[in-house]
Amino acid sequence: MSSLRERSGAAAGLLNRLTSGTATIFALLVVVLVVITILNPTFARPASLMAFLRAAAPLVVLAIGQYLVIVSGEFDLSVGALVGAQVVFAAKMIDGDPSRTWPVLAAMLVLGAVVGLVNGLITTLLKVPSFITTLGMLLVLFGAVRLWTGGAPTGALADNFRTWGRGGIDMPVLRQLPWALVIAVVIAIAVGLLMRAPWGRTLVATGDNDTAASFAGVRVWRVRTVAFVLSGVLATVAAILIGGFAGVTAQVGDGLEFVAITAVVLGGVVLGGGRGSMIAAIAGALAYQAIERLFTQLALPSTARPTLQGIIIIAAVAWAAREGSRGPGAANTPAPDASADPAPA
Amino acid sequence: MSTTDPRPGTHDDVVPVVRLTGIVKSFFGVDVLHGVDMDVRPGEVHALVGENGAGKSTLMKVLAGVHQADAGTVEVGGEEVTFDHPLQAQAAGVTTVFQEFNLLPERTVAENVYLGREPRRRRLVDPRQMRRDTAALLDDLGIDPDALSPDRRVASLSVAQQQVVEIVKAMSFDARIICMDEPTAALAGAEVDLLYSLVRTLQERGVAILYVSHRLVEIFDLSDRITVLKDGHLVQTVDTADTTPDELVSAMVGRSLGTYFPERTDGGPTDDVVLELSGAGNHDIDDVDLAVRAGEIVGVAGLQGSGRTELAQALFGVRPFLRGTMRVGGTELTPTSAREAVAAGLALVTEDRKAEGLALEQTVTSNARLVLDAVMPKTSNRRSRDIPGILSSLDFRASSGDPEVRFLSGGNQQKVVLAKWLVTEPAVLVLDEPTRGIDVGAKRAVYDLMRDRCAAGNGVLFISSELPELLGMADRIVVMRDGRLVGEVTADVGEEGVMALAAGTAGEVAA
Repeated sequence: MSSLRERSGAAAGLLNRLTSGTATIFALLVVVLVVITILNPTFARPASLMAFLRAAAPLVVLAIGQYLVIVSGEFDLSVGALVGAQVVFAAKMIDGDPSRTWPVLAAMLVLGAVVGLVNGLITTLLKVPSFITTLGMLLVLFGAVRLWTGGAPTGALADNFRTWGRGGIDMPVLRQLPWALVIAVVIAIAVGLLMRAPWGRTLVATGDNDTAASFAGVRVWRVRTVAFVLSGVLATVAAILIGGFAGVTAQVGDGLEFVAITAVVLGGVVLGGGRGSMIAAIAGALAYQAIERLFTQLALPSTARPTLQGIIIIAAVAWAAREGSRGPGAANTPAPDASADPAPA
Repeated sequence: MSTTDPRPGTHDDVVPVVRLTGIVKSFFGVDVLHGVDMDVRPGEVHALVGENGAGKSTLMKVLAGVHQADAGTVEVGGEEVTFDHPLQAQAAGVTTVFQEFNLLPERTVAENVYLGREPRRRRLVDPRQMRRDTAALLDDLGIDPDALSPDRRVASLSVAQQQVVEIVKAMSFDARIICMDEPTAALAGAEVDLLYSLVRTLQERGVAILYVSHRLVEIFDLSDRITVLKDGHLVQTVDTADTTPDELVSAMVGRSLGTYFPERTDGGPTDDVVLELSGAGNHDIDDVDLAVRAGEIVGVAGLQGSGRTELAQALFGVRPFLRGTMRVGGTELTPTSAREAVAAGLALVTEDRKAEGLALEQTVTSNARLVLDAVMPKTSNRRSRDIPGILSSLDFRASSGDPEVRFLSGGNQQKVVLAKWLVTEPAVLVLDEPTRGIDVGAKRAVYDLMRDRCAAGNGVLFISSELPELLGMADRIVVMRDGRLVGEVTADVGEEGVMALAAGTAGEVAA
């Protein structure tokens, strides 16, 4: 094989890897943002872009958590109910008293971690499929909140709690850099580093083939349980942002698990594990938020949202399946039997 | 030889079942087949050989209608055809038994054979007719109906029986030719005999067999003619009687069989015992006494189900020992997980590469550093720098960049598995069928690796079903039967001596 072909192959391979699975979602995100801007030129102003990102931040954080669980080959359906429970819990415990904010924030993070730990241990050690485990957890949390509050949440969040969701750092040009955005970026960087570390690679390998991972010395149960714990903690962070931004109702988390899964799937992350990047999942979350924003711009009724969400998730998975059935990541490799040895081995 | 051979189909004047002329096929601009000619005659067993990547599977898939040739013609029974879909090929009597079976495990044998074209009666499926037809087909192939009833669920069948179901399915299409892709790759000794007799029965019925295999013994046992491919080119088609294994290997790789098993380059085993078992056992195996010394290759022979793989898994803590003692480098331990075994200096190349050895959708590098990442995360970054060197020492060749391992040939995949373990610098290598389903060149790389590890002072436990490689590589061979070690031999007893012990025919006499 000529060196020229080899080099062009290498270049194509690199391009392919950089964009694999993410090109589509970024293209979609850009298209939607452009359409919104055409419909409403003020959207492109820094201040309204910041507002958009602030609104998107909780979903980004949820999507990162969901990504960790999905790429390991599992699901976490309990995150929406966890967000709802956390917001209600925070309102009741803080009850408008700013001095309680910090202890309650700590307690919430612990609670989120415990919910994730229970999800993880039941799934990995008792071998209950995570779909069932976390669906059960969803109902448990949903019921517990209703039982505890009698249907209507009581108490209130203090301002020093709410500032995480709606406040920010004042600055020129942007006018205000939202705390929510800062938090989402910090989490994205931290998890991004984690995914490049040994733990992240074992997580993805586990999602790809847990038998092979276990033969390679991976403690499969532990890796997956940690993913659930992180998902619980990140859902709690999302709850803090959502509580601050949207205020306290018992319905605040309803359906968020599906929004998060939609965002992740939109990012081309494969259900069943082993495939997809965190960046793409974040892009999926932003794209979802942008599509919602577009529908607001078009003044579509909010009652149409679930229908929209359903169509998006089906279309995204169908698209991914079509991409997958096209087989070998295009330029990277010819065909199964063309194999990788151009010369006799 | 065509004048003396009594079998049909070996005469040159017969219209071939299939004739391929000038087949060209490329994928994404890479040529895989460069104008290959081949013909298969009725009742002939025609072996198709070549290294992985030579184009065998692609050629077979062009014939089966899975791929369409870019140029060249396919003739079936003298008429030119174009298959756009495997179903068209099947309808024309060109059927294929792929390495991975296409059977529904929860359906019966009969339901699988007639899947999608069930006999109808008043527009409903007629199960009795279906069962009768299947029974007739089984009977025609001389299959004992008690052993393989049309009503058996496929999941309850052995791999060999499932293969029979695939062949029966092929016959239900009135097959004129059956293409078999590595049909013995998943079979144990006795099951191979069953396949042999089935192939001969088919041959008597005038059905042609296109037989793709890496195993030279089978090719010489079964085939009438052999077509050799190399890098997508036709090298030659020869009468099997006119060639030798040595010539065949030369044609495939340009290297002769004489240098097939590398000679050892060091002084041989030392006295240091790196792995020792005494009285070890669990639910599957019992009473295993075994010692592997530094620089030694200990072969493990035995039939399928004799406990060889179970021994490997027990050593590796997957199904731990419950009795006896195990020592690695003098330290007593009984691993209860792969992780403990790795930490103790063991490495296990598993029998089932795809299911147990690789995360197929991850890259070569991710796979090669998985053990480091999982067990030694602190040094993983530093140690993983050795991976490119290890891969090239194994003669690993990838097209470009860092591809996902699912795109690699079997031989290259196995090299990734080996690299994954070598980078952990193990003291003891446990290799369970390390050359299964890989081409001659890759096999040689595995053998070279074993010699290298010995020279470096490692111990190697080498489990294999292929007696020639055990005899060619191992310093001594232990034989397992029914979960126990039943004997220890050296290469001079020959294949018959090992088989007699493994099958138990000579064991009792010797004991």
